[in-house]
Amino acid sequence: MIDTTYIFLQHYWWFIVSLLGALLVFLLFVQGGQTLIYTLGKTNDERTMLINSLGRKWEYTFTTLVTFGGAFFASFPLFYSTSFGGAYWVWMAILFCFIIQAISYEYRSKPNNVLGKRTFETFLFINGLVGTILLGTAVATFFTGSMFSVDKMNLTNLSNPIISSWETPWHGLEAALNLHNLSLGLAVFFLARVLALQYFINMVDDISISTRARKQMWFNAIPFVVLFLVFAIWLMLRDGFAVNPDTSMVYMEPYKYFKNLIEMPALLVMLLLGVVLVLFGIYKSMLTGSIKGVWYTGIGTVATVLALLLVAGYNNTAYYPSTFDLQSSLTIFNSSSSKFTLTVMSYVSIMVPFVVAYIWYAWKSINNKKIDAEEMQNESHKY
Amino acid sequence: MIENLDLSLVNWSRAQFALTAMYHWIFVPLTLGLAYIMAFMETMYYKTGDEHWKRTTKFWQTLFGVNFAIGVATGLILEFEFGTNWSNYSWFVGDIFGAPLAIEGIMAFFMESTFIAVMFFGWNKVSKKFHLISTWLVALGANLSALWILVANAWMQYPAGMHFNPDTARNEMVNFWEVLFSPVAINKFLHTITSGYVLAAIFVIGVSAWFLIKKREIKMAKHSIIIAATFGLLSSLFLAFTGDGSAYQVAQKQPMKLAAMEGLYKGQEGAGLVAIGALTPGKEYDDNKEPFIFKIEIPKMLSLLGYRSTDAFVPGINDIVEGGYAYTDANGEPQIALSAEQKMARGKIAIQALADYTAASDEGNSEMMEYHKAILQENFAYFGYGYLNNPKSIIPNVPLTFYSFRVMVALGFLFIGFFALILFMALKNRIRQYNWLLWISVLMVPLAYIASQAGWIVAEVGRQPWVIQDILPTVAAVSRIDAGAVQVTFILFAVIFTALLIAEVSIMIKQIKIGPK
Ligand code: HDD
Ligand code: HEM
Ligand code: HEM
Repeated sequence: MIDTTYIFLQHYWWFIVSLLGALLVFLLFVQGGQTLIYTLGKTNDERTMLINSLGRKWEYTFTTLVTFGGAFFASFPLFYSTSFGGAYWVWMAILFCFIIQAISYEYRSKPNNVLGKRTFETFLFINGLVGTILLGTAVATFFTGSMFSVDKMNLTNLSNPIISSWETPWHGLEAALNLHNLSLGLAVFFLARVLALQYFINMVDDISISTRARKQMWFNAIPFVVLFLVFAIWLMLRDGFAVNPDTSMVYMEPYKYFKNLIEMPALLVMLLLGVVLVLFGIYKSMLTGSIKGVWYTGIGTVATVLALLLVAGYNNTAYYPSTFDLQSSLTIFNSSSSKFTLTVMSYVSIMVPFVVAYIWYAWKSINNKKIDAEEMQNESHKY
Repeated sequence: MIENLDLSLVNWSRAQFALTAMYHWIFVPLTLGLAYIMAFMETMYYKTGDEHWKRTTKFWQTLFGVNFAIGVATGLILEFEFGTNWSNYSWFVGDIFGAPLAIEGIMAFFMESTFIAVMFFGWNKVSKKFHLISTWLVALGANLSALWILVANAWMQYPAGMHFNPDTARNEMVNFWEVLFSPVAINKFLHTITSGYVLAAIFVIGVSAWFLIKKREIKMAKHSIIIAATFGLLSSLFLAFTGDGSAYQVAQKQPMKLAAMEGLYKGQEGAGLVAIGALTPGKEYDDNKEPFIFKIEIPKMLSLLGYRSTDAFVPGINDIVEGGYAYTDANGEPQIALSAEQKMARGKIAIQALADYTAASDEGNSEMMEYHKAILQENFAYFGYGYLNNPKSIIPNVPLTFYSFRVMVALGFLFIGFFALILFMALKNRIRQYNWLLWISVLMVPLAYIASQAGWIVAEVGRQPWVIQDILPTVAAVSRIDAGAVQVTFILFAVIFTALLIAEVSIMIKQIKIGPK
């Protein structure tokens, strides 16, 4: 018997998780910006402006990461237990990058901060560099697979009741050695920097900063486009992890991800539109004097990443494949929460538009003024 | 049985979790309480328009910001540690446990971070009213995040609203409201957030007392003391009340934890409450040593508190291990307790039934599936015992639980007296005459932190060996990684958190010395 409501809910939650992931990638502009503070800011005042313009946004990136984790846990707990517990080192490294970020803004310029201003700036830099690359690399394993096995019946094995195990002693570090993964990791890194440059152009009212930012666009947009194309073309050409809907068996299918796009034209449109918007935004910021580029590239980023993540999970595809044992691969069906939990969570998700609305409203009311040198003089809460 | 499982892996994972949780808990209670105190002060500003109140509010807000940042850093780790270090647990109960974490993110964290931004950056940009509302929403958001995580924690102490699904080999939620409104959850939430209010009140009084000692900011300090002492007195009374509620829930749902809290080995009717006592070092449950070197007891009090009747029987550690005593179960039915051995045997039957059920399911033999499922259900209440191999392993660390509990409760009553005294003196405007009282106020601050940590030690150490009471022991909850890996991350966390803590305290002290601007 096929329970269509359950199937719908599983798709719905894969959509929500993907959307959070896509928003997260866009919000990584904060991380990108953290790697540019010394490139763009030549004086102390300039750096203060840059850091403050990021410092008012970092919590959103952080909270989105936390919510992404929570939502993934609630809707696909088997992913949580398999990936986090298995690819231990990658996730731990990512977490470390975020601990050191969380305090850096607040503590950087406070007197008696023990570690010194430069240390906190280095923390921000590490977070921007390593955090973005590792997150991108980790997401790429949704397409390239990892070495793990899952056997729920291990629970009945009293001497070893653990259900998921990682089958290489590298515990996730191996993912960073795969070139296809790395192409996405680096693409995310450069994208974050591109978005950051566009954000600065938009937010910081300072001629010398925006001139430098527009120039920097070249050094980041070009590597980004190249790396993204490498990742995307490679993805279209590679074999994918398909699931037989009748038997639930996982098998390798040539051009699976390309076929997914053809079979789900809406995603194809979303992806192409996203890419066009990203490029259009880059063009705007690089070759015209517009300050609006961040909006185009930002929306384009969300659309592109959303389409890619949906391609990984929809249309009988295993979104977290195991190259060690194909049948251990995770699909949105075999790794999801129960129907009841997904239903409860769906009620909760009705609140999301409301959350978005108040964020929008609150920010509109305090953001009516750009950041400039004068504002920095008068601000009582300065990083 | 579990010898194959690396015990040092389990212990390092526990140590790492305890370390991060306890660090998180250094910062969270101050956030919970200070948010309200600030909001109240800003309300005074809104009502009177007096710049003095604005200055006062902004001073406490600066300290709030310094504390908040590091709370966020430690919280992130906790959330992901369920996956990284308790991976089996994440699958086995993720269906129920994940939901509160997700709801917390969607409902509480975004609210907090959005309105914190308005609170810090909005002073000259939004209307006074909108700013005030934002500050209150920060307080509400912080308390909402506490709600959801505490619901999750309470559910681990008393798993309600779920059933075991043999097809997916996990526990699944069947009733959300039972999870949310379980009596353990309600008590835990109320007791824990009020403990945060008490801690914050003591913090505010301590810092203000320091200003009085230094003869600075007299007006701000006095006002802050009156507000904090009122808030603290009300909260501490409520805290004792909900603490009693928590102890009652422990008695009902986790009798072994209660026995450990009291160092009670041999159960008795009309059991007394140990007010002060020293445990015999090295006492094991099955030796004949006296449990106490000395103790002062309040007669019949434990029976009264735990079972609301002076003559009720309170089982001790030995009784719970050996079984055979009569009690009333959750449905009000009289029962005879099983011994730990018997529970372990039934747990193994349940686990075997799950294996047989799956085998039958693979063969498509629906008759056998039903048969094994029935056996599984009949024995599921003891499922977790199946992973244990020694009856003694159901006993938590008695001295740690016992002394932590004493410390918390003693300090709780001390705080009530302290708030009453301070409030009285402040209202009579005599507080500046007694320098010793001001110094005591400063010294109270670390005690508040100690009480607060001690509370969690009682709750978490006292429930060992269970991660989920009776259903999943800690040994079966871990991820399959090398103990060495966890050891490395433990050390890294310890180093980095300690460094950040030192920076935090140093910045905090400096900001206090600078005073309001
Ligand atoms: C300032 C801190 C503080 C103070 C003064 C008290 N508590 Fe407390 N207590 C906590 C802070 C705390 C806590 C940190 O919030 C805990 C840890 C877990 C929990 O649910 O709350 C806790 C747990 C806790 C538990 C264990 C609950 C469980 O295992 O689920 C009991 C029985 C009590 N408390 C009882 C009391 C009593 C009778 C007090 C007397 C006034 C008291 N507490 C004061
Ligand atoms: C922030 C306040 C908290 C503190 C200070 C705290 C403290 C502790 C301590 C000391 C331990 C180790 C006990 C031992 O191993 O003997 C522990 C374990 C644990 N706690 Fe907490 N806890 C807190 C909150 C929570 C919450 C809210 C949850 C769940 C939502 C939780 C879940 C766990 C788990 C899963 C373990 C591991 C099992 C174990 O080895 O004990 N804790 N905690
Ligand atoms: C072990 C269980 C816990 C987990 C997984 C956890 C998770 C988190 C996370 C991820 C954050 C950062 C949120 C952000 O991005 O803004 C956070 C902060 C916070 N948590 Fe926890 N937490 C735990 C225990 C607790 C407990 C027991 C309480 C309160 C009773 C609590 C209350 C808060 C509050 C008020 C914040 C706001 C920031 C601050 O710390 O000041 N948490 N927590």
